Order: sequence, then C-alpha cells, then structure tokens
Amino acid sequence: MAGRTEGLARPARALRVVGRPVRKVDGLAKCTGALRYADDIILPRMLFCRILRSPVPHARIANVDTSKAARMPGVKAVLTGPDLPIPFGILPVSQDEHALCVDRVRFVGDPVAAVAAVDEDTAFEAIQAIGVDYEPLRPVFSIDEAIRTPEPRIHDYGDSGNIHKQVALEFGDIEHGFREADAVFEDLVFYEGSTHLAMEQHAAVAQADPDGKVTLWSSTQTPHYVHRALAKVLGMRPAHVRVIACPNGGGFGGKSDPFNHEIVVAKLALITGRPVKVTLTREEVFYCHRGRHPVLMQIKTGVRRDGRIEAMHFRSFLDGGAYGSYGVASTYYTGALQTVTYDVRNYKFEGVRFFTNKPPCGPKRGHGTPQPRFALEVHLDKVAEALKIDPAEIRLRHLVPPNTLTVNSLRVGSMGLRACIEKVVAGSDWKRKFRLLPPGKGIGLACSSYICGAGLPIYWNNMPHTGVQLKLDRGGGVTVFCGEIDIGQGSDTVLAQVVAEILGIEPIDIRIVFGDTDLTPVDLGSYSSRVTLMMGNAAIQAAERAREILARAAAAKLEAPIERIGFGDRRVFDVEQPDRGLTFAEAVQAAEAREGTIGTVGSYTPPPSAAKYKGGGVGPSPAYSYSAAVVELDVDPRTGWVRVERVHLAHDIGRSINPVLVVGQVEGSVYMGLGEALMEEQTFRANRNGVHKFPSMLEYKSPTTMEMPEVITYLVEDPDPNGPFGAKEVGQGPLLPIAPAIANAVHDAIGVRIDEVPITPEKILRAIASPSKRCGPKRIPDFAWHDPIRVPTPWAGVVDPARSGDRS
Amino acid sequence: MARVRRSAKKKATQDPARRGGQRTVPAPRGGARVKVHLALEVNGETLEVACASHRTLLEILREDLGLTGTKHGCELGECGTCTVLIDGRPELSCLVLGIECEDRPIVTVEGLADGPRLHPLQETFAELGAAQCGYCTPGILCAAKALLDANPDPSLPEIREALSGNLCRCTGYIKIFEAVELAARRLKDPGAKPARETLYGRQD
Repeated sequence: MAGRTEGLARPARALRVVGRPVRKVDGLAKCTGALRYADDIILPRMLFCRILRSPVPHARIANVDTSKAARMPGVKAVLTGPDLPIPFGILPVSQDEHALCVDRVRFVGDPVAAVAAVDEDTAFEAIQAIGVDYEPLRPVFSIDEAIRTPEPRIHDYGDSGNIHKQVALEFGDIEHGFREADAVFEDLVFYEGSTHLAMEQHAAVAQADPDGKVTLWSSTQTPHYVHRALAKVLGMRPAHVRVIACPNGGGFGGKSDPFNHEIVVAKLALITGRPVKVTLTREEVFYCHRGRHPVLMQIKTGVRRDGRIEAMHFRSFLDGGAYGSYGVASTYYTGALQTVTYDVRNYKFEGVRFFTNKPPCGPKRGHGTPQPRFALEVHLDKVAEALKIDPAEIRLRHLVPPNTLTVNSLRVGSMGLRACIEKVVAGSDWKRKFRLLPPGKGIGLACSSYICGAGLPIYWNNMPHTGVQLKLDRGGGVTVFCGEIDIGQGSDTVLAQVVAEILGIEPIDIRIVFGDTDLTPVDLGSYSSRVTLMMGNAAIQAAERAREILARAAAAKLEAPIERIGFGDRRVFDVEQPDRGLTFAEAVQAAEAREGTIGTVGSYTPPPSAAKYKGGGVGPSPAYSYSAAVVELDVDPRTGWVRVERVHLAHDIGRSINPVLVVGQVEGSVYMGLGEALMEEQTFRANRNGVHKFPSMLEYKSPTTMEMPEVITYLVEDPDPNGPFGAKEVGQGPLLPIAPAIANAVHDAIGVRIDEVPITPEKILRAIASPSKRCGPKRIPDFAWHDPIRVPTPWAGVVDPARSGDRS
Repeated sequence: MARVRRSAKKKATQDPARRGGQRTVPAPRGGARVKVHLALEVNGETLEVACASHRTLLEILREDLGLTGTKHGCELGECGTCTVLIDGRPELSCLVLGIECEDRPIVTVEGLADGPRLHPLQETFAELGAAQCGYCTPGILCAAKALLDANPDPSLPEIREALSGNLCRCTGYIKIFEAVELAARRLKDPGAKPARETLYGRQD
C-alpha cells in the first residue's frame, strides 16, 4: 500500500482492536439524546426559513409577487430565483438546478421563493402570501410520454428532446456470442422507484460572520460537494465558506446532492446578518427525493447448455425526473456491474435516462445497481429452470475468478461469492427445500456484488479522495481529523478503531473531528460505499507515520533498536522485553521533546483503472464486495399476501473492522431490500398534476417490526489486498440480492413469475389469473439507439480466450 | 383548538396545488399572539414555559425547553420518532398539546438515566449497534422502557408489538429486538452477555 512504512515491529499478537465488536464511539450519545443533529442546533437570534414550492408540474414563471409577504410583521427577508441566478448540480455535466427557480418550474415541489422570519408560523404564513403567476407547459410523467413529447423540452441540454442521456457500449461481439450459445433467453423487467425515507428530515442552519464569511451546518452526506456548490452559487471564495456536516439521521443516498434549501439559508443568513434554520417537512422530503430511479429493463442472454453466458445484451430505460442529479452516473451504473459476479464473454449495454416532470431521482443505497441486479438474478433463475440446473449450481459454475479483469475491464480482486453461496445453501438446507416445499411455501436464491468506492471522484481532479490528519496530545489522546461524515453506518468508529489498532491505544482515547471543511482534510463523502476502504487506508497511512515518530523516540529512550519497538495496551515497548517500555503518553512526550509538535497526515487515491473507454469511469473500484441470499417465504394464493419467514444472507466483507456493525449493516440492508421488494413505491398521479401518491409515512408503506423476518447473517472474511486490514464494504451490497431472491421464492411457492417490484398482493393475484402465470412489463418502447462504442475485451486477440492467466 | 390548527396545516401542505399561486391570501394573524403559562413535570423537574396554546408537547420540549433529545420524523403521528412517556405510557409528543400535559409526569430520553447511571436499555442499544443513525432511538427507548416497566420478561412477539408504532430505517429492527431482550436479562442479571451470533453473525 502506498505510503505504508516498513521496518516497524508489528504487534507481537494478532489484531487487538480491529475485528472487535466495540461500542460505536457515538453510541451512548445517540442513546441519551446528547448527539446534536442539524435541527437540534439553536443559535441566538435565529430566524426560520420556509420555502414556497411549485403546485404545478411544468410551467413558466410569469411573475412572483412577494410584496405582501415582505411587509408582514416578523418577516426579515424574502428571496426569489433572480436573487440566486447561478445554476448548480452534483455532476459537472448537469449543472441544471437553481436554488430557487428562475423562470421555469419542472415538478410539483420545485422551490420558487423563500422567507426568513422570526418563527416558523410567521414564515409559513408569509410564503402563503406570495403570489406566483404560472403559464402552464405540457408536462410529461412517463418514459413513453417523454419519447412521444420531445417538445417542450424540460431542459435545453441533454441528448435531444426529453432524453437526458443515452449510452451504448459493446464489449466483445455479442452477435458472435449469441451464435456460440445453445439457447437464447429474454426477459422484460421493471423496478419501481422508491425513496430513502431517512427518519431525519433534511435540515440546515446558516450563520454569517461579521467579516462576511458564512458557515452552514447541514444534514448532508457530502459536505465537500456542498461546499463547492455553495461557493459557486453565492459567488464567494470557497475559503470564506465553511460547511459542517452534522451527524445524519439516516442518509441512504438521500442527502448526497447539494440542495436548494442549503443555499437558500446561507443566502438568507448573509442578507439578514442572523442565523437562519430550515427544516423540511416530511412531505417536502418526499418531493426532494433523489431516490431510486424507476427502471424498465430488457435482458437477453445467450447461454451454453452448462449455463455459461456467451453473450448478454442489457437495455435500461430510466425515468429520471426533473433534474440531472446523479442521473448520468445512475444510467451507467444500470449497466456496469452485471459482469463482476458470473463470467460474461460478450456484453452489450444500452441505457437511456429521460427527463420527466416529477421529483428528480438520484442515488439510493445500491445506486443504479439493484434494478439490473433484480433483472439479472430473476432472469438467471429462469435460465436455470429451463436448463434444469439448480440455481445455486448455475451460479457456482460460472463465477468470475478472483484477480481477473471482467469483459468490461473491471478489475476483480478478492472474490468470496463461492463461500457466500455455500454458506446460505448449507444454512438454509436449500437442497432439501428448493422445489420440494409444500404449495404456498417457497425458497429463492440470488447473489450480488457492489463497489467499495467509486474509482473516480465526481468532478475531475487528480487529488486524493480522502485525507486523514492526526494530532497527538501530551496526555496520550489522539485527535483524528477527517472530512468523513457518519450517517449511521459507523464510519467514526471505523476511523477510531483503525487508528487505535496501529497506535496501540483504545478507541475511547481518540476524538474524531469530522465533516468540517474548515477543520478537516477533504473526504469526498459517504456515498458509493467508499468510506471504510478509502478513509481506512488514509488513516492507516497517517497512523503509521505517527507510529514511526513515536517508535524513534521510544527506541532512543529505551536504548533498543527501532525494529523492536511495539505498540499495545496504551504502551510503547521493547517487544523482546515487554516490561521495558513507556506509556503511550510518555512516548508522545519523548517524541515531542525530540522532534517538536507531532502531527501526521495520510491520504488515499484508488488505483488506476483498466477501463479506458468513455463511460469507463463508472464501475471501477478498488474492490468488490459479494453477497448471496436465500429467502424463505410463504404466499397465500387466495390473497396474494407474501410473508417472508427467514432470510439467510452471507456477505463477503473482506475483513470485519467491527463485526457487530457489519452484521447491523447486513440486517439493515436486508430490511431495506424487503421494503423495495414488497411494498415501497415512490409514484405520482399523472391525472392530478403529478402529485405524489403517498407523501407521508403512513401512506408510503415501509416494513415495521411486525413484517421484519428473521435474518441469519454469515460473514465471509477473505481479506482484500486493497482494503484496510483487508476490509470491504457492507452498507449497500447486501440489499441487492433481496428483491430477486423474493421474486424467485414466490415462483418456487406458487409457480408465478413477478417480473417487477414491488411484488404486491394484487400483482400476484393478477399473475395467478393470467394464462402466462406472470406479471411484469410486456413491451419496451421503440427507441433509436446510438451505435455502441465498441470496446475490445481484455482477452481480445489472445489465442485461448477461455481462461485465466491472460485475463489478469 | 390546536388540533384543528394542525389538521388545517396538514391539509394546506398535503395538497401542493393549494400552496402558493393563490390570488386570495388569508390575512395573517395580526398582533401579539396570546401565550399560556404552563408548569410541566419533565424528567422529575417542574419546568415553566410561556407559549402559544397550540404548541405541541414536541415543540415545547425541543424549542422552549431545549430538550432536543426528542426527535421528530413526520409531526403527523405516523412514525413514532417523537415518542415520550406521559404518565408512564408511550405517547406521540407531536400529537399532544402542551396544555394537556400539566400535572402529568413526562419522561424524555434525557430522563431515562439516573444521573450518570444509564438505563440498561441505553447501554444495550449502544453496545449492540441498535442505534445506527440514532435518530429513531430516543423514541424507541421510551417505548421499550414502557414495555419493560410493564413486562420485565417480554417475548419477541411482545417486543415487536410494543415497538410496532416506531419506524426505523437503519437496523431492520433486529438489533433493537436483541437490545431489548438483553436489557431485560440485565435487569435481573447485570452480567448478562449478548449471544455470539448477535455480535459476529452465525459461525457455522
């Protein structure tokens, strides 16, 4: 690993802190009400902001009259679009949002004006006193409508009409692959949109300094990107803008975009000279969205009799909503990771994202990959059935080998899927249950993989993706500075454990300073399952450098060679005479006396990717995690009701830094996958102006304690050379196999195929009643695809393309 | 009266077509708002507050008394996040008016510990990672405390039932169930340990 110091004595024993289920560093603060989330911040003289949102899905703004609102007692400032004219957006290619709409609204919920007032009631009354004249434009609410309605365009950029982004890539030659195949299978699959539903609503507080600087506290997963957007839109030097990420009350991807309300309160603070807070209502959060794209998919494979995939042709149609958000990346992600689980010899991917007049979609846990994973795993279940191969066996036969390049040049390192499948097959007694259970009872299997951090940052730069800085105190404490933000996944704890491991101290000796653009080195944020791997590696580097300084001082003090200096139990000692040593605090003091104030830094940049083609920025990762799931359920054929009894989930974690947190991430992922599979729907009423069907926590169904099944978690530890202590991700991957495993189990139970999620009782009844015993999409739109970019496979031109050595 | 106001507010915000763009605007309530004086018994202390009569207990706790440990997820009584104990029973503080709470002891998450001594639920939730993001945790702790006070040895179905009004998006509830079970055991045996599978997954 770059920057790892050599020649230091390793602790004589095995890992002491890494691998231990230690209590989260913020665990007690969360259980006593002491932890402060964004909305818990109360500042003197604070004003409250409310935002007026569009009641129409698509219109020109003819006039905004704020005069009445501005005159109301208690109102301190009113903003409209022209006050913040500079556009922003998370991706450099889609800077298409305004903090407040300037001349056009594009969905019900688009922000139009904002008020700062002495209290929330006054602000609420004031936004109702703002008059807006809208000139309606024809809205589009679906992919079909977007294709049929190129004008009016929702945005004046993008591919053409209301097509935001179209991509087409061909790796190898699929026609050749289909000719080599013994059979060709095809499926149409739909995955409905869903939203994050973090328990905490988005909130932000801004405060202007008398010298013109501004500070924003926000419930955000990406303080660095918010910092950039804020400086851009406010027209301020980034050095004068400070963003502090507060502990997130859940994120799941929903707090990864820079948001209009964050910019609005910063502006309001600057013009009023007083702190301003905004907290969105739950209904506003439903309209903020940026969640799972609804995706219609076509998957066609040509397979050999033994199940080997000679060719795969995958098409995805994404209903993107009104803005770009992460959509270009999401589109590529619907085609990127089909290749990292089972060997695919030739692969073609065509994907297209449309603008529609609905809240924008973006990244939700699994970002763009649960949809194609659902399609692939359900498809493979049918292929296995047709070829009379056990679904576990067809997967085991064709696993991507470790340390290889896939057809689309993704570098797979450690690959623990075989062990995962074996664990869930054995644990669930699969072989005695599959196709053998009584009617109404079913068992289904599916697998998946996910990235451990995106190989590229969101905006092009050649700087590290993360940085960690250490400050060692004479009292033996260590302060760790890092721009990461804990969204509940436990990243603060991972950071403390990694540093404690290397310095031989305990996590409680460490203070974490996180997510503050003035105080902490940049970490790109809590997305793409990147934090443990990237921040962990940077923390190892920073801690190894500190360890080296302390070892030099201790060696001099103890008159022992530096190679013999060990760390552990809050001591720095001679490993050959362990009772000869210094306390950790004494070692810090000795080092400080010798070398001056001690501070070290570490950083991490992912290894270069082998995917050197346009679009090859999405998919490469330093490592891939793997999961396998077996679901046991029963279906009542009279009501269509599905009751999931038990989920077996094996996850290839590389190494657990903290096993109890890893198990918790698995259980939470299974839960969220169940919600998407069975009930969650972010859908809109086209006949009612495009309003949300279920904009409340009562109507938007999510699993409660009563629906949650038993989850049996198996952790597979096969350390990855790129992971810190071998660790890989766990926050997102285990969600992916749940929905397809449920669909496959429903088929096992009652013989019907539900090729779309959510798998609701009415769809099951419809499938039972239909001659095809299937419920799912029947067609895909006619669409004129671009010619694909042709990319040679890594094994192109090699005489024996079939196997191994030439592929890595 | 305030309940009426709540539902009016809900209606106005739930139908976005009704928001903005309106030609006729209701006149803002002019002049000084009348405040009521309340003395509330919160976490064993009598706390006084002067507030508008329509303030919910949630608003009073968080904004007037600075007890921000109680969180909010919907303010419509749907998610359980703002659960506190009133007269020992779990109640949604977003649906209760402050003026209904005089002379009724209120316990919030800040009142679960006995000085520096944490309630076993607080310890087990932290120990097992039952608090991931931690945002639903204060409400769930209150609901779980009411359960254990009434039933010190609850079965898993009883735990599920008692917490069925509290949504959590992080944990899948499993670590929460395990933390409640462990806390129940700890009340009898302070040395009770979690199952190995809870900490490490199944080890077959």
